[in-house]
Amino acid sequence: MKTKKNRVVITGMGVVAPNAIGLENFLSAIQQGTSGIRFQQNLADLNFSCCIGGIPQVSEALKSDYLTPLQLRGFNSSGILYGCMAGMDAWKDAGFPIDENSRTDYDSGMVFGTGTSGIDKFREAVYKLDEGKVKRLGSTAVVQTMASGISAYLGGILGLGNQVTTNSSACTTGTEALLMGFERIQSGKAKKMLVGACSDHGPYIWGGFDAMRVMTYKHNNSPEKGSRPMSASASGFVPGSGAGALVLESLESALEREANIYAEVLGGGINSGGQRGGGTMTAPNSEAVQKCIANAIKEANTTAEKIDAINGHLTATSKDPVEIENWTQALDRKGKDFPYINSLKSMVGHCLAAAGAIESVATVLQLKHQFVFPNTNCEDLHPEILKRIDSSKIPTKAMKTELNIIAKASFGFGDVNGCVIFKRY
Amino acid sequence: MNREALITTLKKIVKPYIQDEEAFANLTEDTDFINDLKINSANLVDVVLDVEDEFDIEIDNDSMEQMLSVKVALDIIESKLSQ
Repeated sequence: MKTKKNRVVITGMGVVAPNAIGLENFLSAIQQGTSGIRFQQNLADLNFSCCIGGIPQVSEALKSDYLTPLQLRGFNSSGILYGCMAGMDAWKDAGFPIDENSRTDYDSGMVFGTGTSGIDKFREAVYKLDEGKVKRLGSTAVVQTMASGISAYLGGILGLGNQVTTNSSACTTGTEALLMGFERIQSGKAKKMLVGACSDHGPYIWGGFDAMRVMTYKHNNSPEKGSRPMSASASGFVPGSGAGALVLESLESALEREANIYAEVLGGGINSGGQRGGGTMTAPNSEAVQKCIANAIKEANTTAEKIDAINGHLTATSKDPVEIENWTQALDRKGKDFPYINSLKSMVGHCLAAAGAIESVATVLQLKHQFVFPNTNCEDLHPEILKRIDSSKIPTKAMKTELNIIAKASFGFGDVNGCVIFKRY
Repeated sequence: MNREALITTLKKIVKPYIQDEEAFANLTEDTDFINDLKINSANLVDVVLDVEDEFDIEIDNDSMEQMLSVKVALDIIESKLSQ
């Protein structure tokens, strides 16, 4: 017996990004190509090679719009803060109230990912522990540093009663969260799922990447020029942070309550290259990437020629030309026949675990408002990319155009891949 | 510090954690932290840490377990202060 699959739409979004906070500000920032990359003095003080990064500009006053004075006591987890802000904004944007006295909503759940939770709180705790002061940790050291801290905080704020969990798959996390929530609604196990991801900022989360020399150290004096996806002079990624959140809902439920619909999620693919066939802990197996994209298109019941635009992973490392090659192979499209492609990372840097979520919000805004946001810092396109696709497909200015389907992909350490297909509704 | 002054200081310490404003406004020595002030039980450890900081005393596990009401808290603080 073939079971009926629910169609899934997006009815709310929230975002806390280095270049803007809140959906309206973010829309205007990505239309204008606004950079959120700044010089970070604390990285310089700690002898980082890369001293620039993307940190959302959250004031103390803004924090208290989201968290209570009690929640903010001893609070030191930037990722959980960003996730709560984006998640609460998305929930309200979808038209749902936030009421601490509401009844548990068993039809609504959450998959909200992260890489590491509360790394600054963890550091604080480790220092106390090493001084023999375990009793001084306070009551929130666990909830701020457990991986599922973000879903625990948000689940309680919203009163969700369906599955409430946190996923983690490196830089694929946000995209994977979206697809996990999608599948839960598609299969009828939930009506609404808040999906998204968040990532901490600062030296303790970024240090390991600096040690690997995968972050650029050539733009400490020109922060806004530092993140250069698809550029010939790309010299490593710029670290970012923040959160993105989307409310997924069954089409039936959305129509019933006459909700605003941003776009439909047609489907997607998740796989791993198994660290075989050229794939390693840190590099993708190209065959798996192509399979992931092809599978996403198949799952979405569409075809490669119908894809109008791509929001790539494109981090500004030497792997960008490989990603373009993989898209051309997976879609069997190249040159002028290739879809428009862009990378949000030129404006916000690589927001790590949150990247897929923030970039999905940007992708869906493009569908809703029928435009392609600009790629910045790629005036010198990489020659290996130009061999494969035409430069007209890499817009450097915001472009109004009709878009029906956009593919968004993320790839992460551990050789994991995710690709989601969004459609205009 | 007399008993009155201790209560005033203790009120200031528990204020961020209370979830029943009325009970807090009418706080007496008989007020219970959990049943009356509706302080989340997980936050009791934070109250104890704040008491330790405020009075520069150390509260052992046995004392902490008993510190569930204003009266007991005041007794414990007084006895530690006099040590």
